[in-house]
Amino acid sequence: MSTEHSTDTVRLDEGHHIGEGGIPAQFVNPGLPPHVHRMSDESAAGAKRAERQIAGLFTLSILGTLLFLVSYFAFDTAHRTWVPGLGTVSTTNLLLGVGLGLALLGIGLGAVHWAKTLMPDEEVVEERHVMRSSDTDRAKFAEIMREGGESSQLFRRPLIKATLGGALGLFSLPLLVQLVGSLGPLPKNHLSLTMWNGHPDGHGDYTPYQERPRLVTDPESLPIKASDVTIGSVYHVLPEGLLPSPEATEEEAREGLPHGFLEEKAKAAVLLMRLDPSDFKDTEGGKKALSWSYQGIVAYSKICTHVGCPVGLYERTTHHLLCPCHQSTFDVTDDCRVIFGPAKRPLPQLKIDVDKDGYLIAAEPFHEAVGPSFWERG
Amino acid sequence: MNALAARRRHPAATLILLLLGLIVTGGVYAALAPKPATAAEASADQIERGRQLFLTNCATCHGKNALGTPVGPNLAGVGAAAVDFQMGTGRMPMAEPGVQAPRGKKVTFSDEEIADIAAWVASLAPGPAIPDAEYTTAEGGDPGKGGEIFRVNCSMCHNSAGAGGALTRGKYAPPLTGVEGKHIVEAMLTGPQSMPVFNDSNISPESKRDVIAYLKSMDAEGNPGGMALGSLGPVPEGLVAWVFGLGILIGAAYWLGQKGA
Repeated sequence: MSTEHSTDTVRLDEGHHIGEGGIPAQFVNPGLPPHVHRMSDESAAGAKRAERQIAGLFTLSILGTLLFLVSYFAFDTAHRTWVPGLGTVSTTNLLLGVGLGLALLGIGLGAVHWAKTLMPDEEVVEERHVMRSSDTDRAKFAEIMREGGESSQLFRRPLIKATLGGALGLFSLPLLVQLVGSLGPLPKNHLSLTMWNGHPDGHGDYTPYQERPRLVTDPESLPIKASDVTIGSVYHVLPEGLLPSPEATEEEAREGLPHGFLEEKAKAAVLLMRLDPSDFKDTEGGKKALSWSYQGIVAYSKICTHVGCPVGLYERTTHHLLCPCHQSTFDVTDDCRVIFGPAKRPLPQLKIDVDKDGYLIAAEPFHEAVGPSFWERG
Repeated sequence: MNALAARRRHPAATLILLLLGLIVTGGVYAALAPKPATAAEASADQIERGRQLFLTNCATCHGKNALGTPVGPNLAGVGAAAVDFQMGTGRMPMAEPGVQAPRGKKVTFSDEEIADIAAWVASLAPGPAIPDAEYTTAEGGDPGKGGEIFRVNCSMCHNSAGAGGALTRGKYAPPLTGVEGKHIVEAMLTGPQSMPVFNDSNISPESKRDVIAYLKSMDAEGNPGGMALGSLGPVPEGLVAWVFGLGILIGAAYWLGQKGA
């Protein structure tokens, strides 16, 4: 405790001065600081003030509850109020929230303040004790265990020992079987084929189409004339037959939705863009993309090959397709090659053509599985 | 009729029939064929005034004949709608060079001057005209259907609440709050900057009106839940919860553990 410091100022370039006091052989336990009494313990006025503060907090809680009750009945849920900093908000939401908040906060703060100011204020020291049991207790415990083992005759009768071990070991199997079995049925073709291959039969297989399906717009389900897709246009496309036809009544539309509609939609979603054919890069990919296009109209799967987000952000000027989730960027002029981000494979292209009426059709289904990688993907 | 029947084997009959057929087909086609969208007839005077305004205000970047320079794109064929959108929202003339023209705080030119320049640019080559006023207000639009169309076609860039979002290399999709219906339609028709084109066969004029109705209803509805935090989703919400929520909890824990009062 008796360390003394040299009063001379140490200059920065002189380094460290070692003082003359040295280090004591043993530090003395400083003990607990003296107990400081509270204002409310020392004066009646202080106690009175604390009492009023606590009562004030509880009153705040009462007012909050009343605010909640009044605003619950006074305002319609459609009522809106402009509040600075929040904008236009629902009046009931705001007042119910503030009311409940004050009600709970008032009770909580009041209780804590009460405990800290008026409830007994004593400091107690509890010494720690050794965790280890005494040697005699430990020896006695070991003795009991050994005696129990011997009187159960477990070690003398190996048949019981073996069958007990077998029973316990085998019991782990039901748990394992459940774990593996609950991973679901094998996906079979379900991840590799889409509604561009054929009409889903509801069991994971697809009946091939008689005529190649038309490309229709999402969500209005209208067929697309090639001449309507002007340069710079983007169409969000689904296979014909996935969405109810535009002429269907609401009831028909609801019934017409195929089983597993969302799964089919998630796999079959396609983005259709028209570029000037001279925009395509003079690379192998660019040439393939152009040859699978119809006069510069290209169709690509909208499902990112990274983790399956919809790649929908098409920049008309740079011809880049951007995935909003992890910023994977695909170059449409070069067969949707990945030029940035975590995706590892280009987006699959859908080969398109026109039918005799000039509407766009899918000439062939996707040549590869769409979306992110999976175990069986070749 | 007899006279006509008697001459039906005349050598000229085939020729006359052929000509008649061609004229009828041509006439019917001309009457029924879809017309490319072009600007409404503009007077030569207006076009000339527009050319003068263009030469003094726009030609530095877009070139004297609006055929573009390395710093400004070719304007032949962009149509009156593009001029009305870019100048009517204060994006053009651009205040400073950048990856993208931001929406201007104030519009530099009067409506009349913008109409003059639009007439001149539209006279260069056919392009989308300024849309019909019938389809540029929310009136008669179905916000529910508009929301569906918006979420499929627009929300990946502009955010499902129309709050805008980032693109690559500093480019961005602007927020759509407080944008005039006319400008929304013009942007869809012309595809300004990075935005692709959504022409009338892709999203019909009626559906465009539904989209406007959706955006206007979003504007009017406000945010019933309180602070929107930019409608940007879980990132700002998480940030607020971690910074303020945890801060308050730590403060409360400190207060509870404090000795004395």
